[in-house]
Amino acid sequence: MSDTSTINSQGQLLTSDGVPLKDSLRKSLRRTKIRSFLLIIVPLLFLLIMFVVPIGTLLTKSVDDTSINTVFPKTFAQYELWEDKSILPSEEMFAAVINDIRITHKMENSEGKNIGKNLLGKAGTRMTYEFSGWRSLLLKTVKEATKVDKKSKEVIKPYVLEAPYKEKMIKRDKRWGKVEFWQSMGAMKDPYTMGYYLNAVDLRYDANKNIIQKNEYLKIYKTIWMRTLQVSLIVTLACLFLAYPVAYLLATLPMRASNLLMICVLMPFWTSLLVRIVAWMIMLQQNGVVNDTLLTILPCFEGALNFPFIGETFIDLCFGEEDRLPMMYNFTGTIIVMTQVLLPFMILPLYSVMKGVPPSYMKAAQNLGATPTWAFIKVYMPQTVPGIGAGCILVFIVAIGYYISPELVGGKDGLMIGNFVAREMQQTLNWGLAAAMGALLLTAVLALYWAYDRLVGLNNLKMG
Amino acid sequence: MSEERPLVKFENVQKSYDGEILVVKDFNLDVAKGEFVTMLGPSGSGKTTCLMMLAGFEPTTNGTIYLKDKPINNVPPHKRGIGMVFQNYALFPHMTVAENLAFPLEVRKMGKEERERRVNRALDMVQLGEFGNRRPMQLSGGQQQRVAVARSLVFDPDLVLMDEPLGALDKNLREQMQYEIKHLHEQLGLTVVYVTHDQTEALTMSNRIAVFNDGVVLQCSSPEALYEKPENAFVANFIGENNRLMGAVEAINGKQVTVKTDSGDIVIATKANVNAVGERTTISLRPERIVVAPKAGTIPNSYSAKVEELIYHGDHIRTRFSVCGHDDFIVKIPNSIDNVSLKEGKQVNIGWMSEDCLALDG
Repeated sequence: MSDTSTINSQGQLLTSDGVPLKDSLRKSLRRTKIRSFLLIIVPLLFLLIMFVVPIGTLLTKSVDDTSINTVFPKTFAQYELWEDKSILPSEEMFAAVINDIRITHKMENSEGKNIGKNLLGKAGTRMTYEFSGWRSLLLKTVKEATKVDKKSKEVIKPYVLEAPYKEKMIKRDKRWGKVEFWQSMGAMKDPYTMGYYLNAVDLRYDANKNIIQKNEYLKIYKTIWMRTLQVSLIVTLACLFLAYPVAYLLATLPMRASNLLMICVLMPFWTSLLVRIVAWMIMLQQNGVVNDTLLTILPCFEGALNFPFIGETFIDLCFGEEDRLPMMYNFTGTIIVMTQVLLPFMILPLYSVMKGVPPSYMKAAQNLGATPTWAFIKVYMPQTVPGIGAGCILVFIVAIGYYISPELVGGKDGLMIGNFVAREMQQTLNWGLAAAMGALLLTAVLALYWAYDRLVGLNNLKMG
Repeated sequence: MSEERPLVKFENVQKSYDGEILVVKDFNLDVAKGEFVTMLGPSGSGKTTCLMMLAGFEPTTNGTIYLKDKPINNVPPHKRGIGMVFQNYALFPHMTVAENLAFPLEVRKMGKEERERRVNRALDMVQLGEFGNRRPMQLSGGQQQRVAVARSLVFDPDLVLMDEPLGALDKNLREQMQYEIKHLHEQLGLTVVYVTHDQTEALTMSNRIAVFNDGVVLQCSSPEALYEKPENAFVANFIGENNRLMGAVEAINGKQVTVKTDSGDIVIATKANVNAVGERTTISLRPERIVVAPKAGTIPNSYSAKVEELIYHGDHIRTRFSVCGHDDFIVKIPNSIDNVSLKEGKQVNIGWMSEDCLALDG
């Protein structure tokens, strides 16, 4: 057969009618590409609108500090000139605060509606995050600074409070005379801030925007982060140990038995989370089923026994009312409930991987002289590593952001970072901090993914 | 060989999975040392089950299996010391080729040097000396097959079992591997029990073939005997190609049987598996033993036949005749100048020697 393809001056391969082969191929594939793109456009838009945009917006809140900067531009400019930050700032700074308040107070939007009062309120809230007391101080000062002399005959009535301000302000509220309030402004003076992230890991800015440790009594998050990691790790390991034999049975039992077992695995998965948690409460609480059973079945012996060699010894082997195990509303409760809830996430990937391991490997290993145990360890287990990896990652990722179970059964020492995110969102309304904590969680998960990719390879991941 | 005790002995072995149906019915087989025995049969005939019982993966329901005169019914697979090549090779994907081969040696707590020496020797034996560091997945089907064979031999087992090891290979490679395994068997003096459903494979490689059907061994003899002297219609039909004429026995005269076919023709056949006059019988004829246009008087069986179809096969022409009431009578005619005159629809005489047709069970 002769080669009928021709080559043009640029060395491109041409089709029989002279069009470069690459163009021709691209053209013929374009239709299919457009069609497949149209097919995915709806889920893509959904993903974009429902997932990427809200998360992105929320994440920007974790660094956004523009609002307060529109309120206090002059003050923050003066802050840069304040040299010795251990003594009170000069009169110019006090004047800048009053000026900024007065300008903001009159601020209007394009429709002529006043937005300044609202902005000042938000600024107060924001400043309280940095130093508590700011909100009431600011609102009080706003009232005083914007009071006008109603008796004045002039067209623009003058303000009652007149310069110099320093003495008068300190006299009216002595908080203005505390240098800590002024110093805390340093953390807010830039439109973008890492302050929320620092707060989430128990750090803060000092007056010169250096990163320092928070005061000891304000440090809470580090413990929570460590506990979150600890709970996630323990839950992941517990799930692995419980799920491995179950998945093995699922994969190796005859069809009928394995189907039944599969239903047993999935039944709790389909049951409402709340129902399951309440069931655990009934089981594990102080006067719950487990404690009552222990109390009933454990033998009680109390008294003196005469042992040979040792002599008479007093023995107390009683599991009495006072020995009831605290298993609910604490760390243990969180671990038990989360392990049960997340178990299917470990079983299913393991099962799908084990199902794909041909039984002939075990046979071959035994035929070559390995005992069943050795064959299992050396031949079977290494082939389930993708399932172990997938299950562990899945459980860890879900566990690290868990919220409902710890909220309901965690008590005080079983709370996780998810509960604090919820608290900031719903009670404190410090969305910046909540977003920062969320972003840190997200980073932790991505880092984990990256590490897994490096160690095992993501293409080895089998989610079932 | 006959004076030595057999290496493997199946004695009245039966196997049932559900307690209702016997998959293997009364299986008896002796395998001598150095022998290559093939278990041949259609799928579901019980041949793989027998192999699995020998390897120890399936318990026998009844009967005893002896290895070197010791009953091994209660010996777990890992203590039997039998090498095995699995259908899909079962090479461990997470180990390199060399690690795969070292596995049985490690289990036997062999020293590192001895291990390496043996692994290299086994790899050289199957011409894969440079592939020790590859993973099984990086090898071609034929190479994987060789690794599997090498792994089953590396610990010098008394006996090697092969469970349709060539099933996944293409035709050319399969033929090549058949010879390689056969040569290994001869060179190393291995004892091999081989399972296949491919009759050519069985004929090429074995010393003896046990033909299975429905849990029963129908015939166990050398390839020549199976092909030339099948003992029953199933074996004749299963091994090689075969024309069948159905009829009833008219007369028995020593070795010769006179059979009247259902179409009313008289055939003089060789007695194989008929005992009494009037019995139903199947006459079995190999397609290559039939003579087209025989000289009158030289052949006892000669009939007029019509050419129905000619299929060109290169070295021979496969011709379908209708004769004696059958229209699927196949004759292999060598592709030589004298035979090109055949045309479809033409009437010719065909015939065969009475030694070439066997009167088997009905």
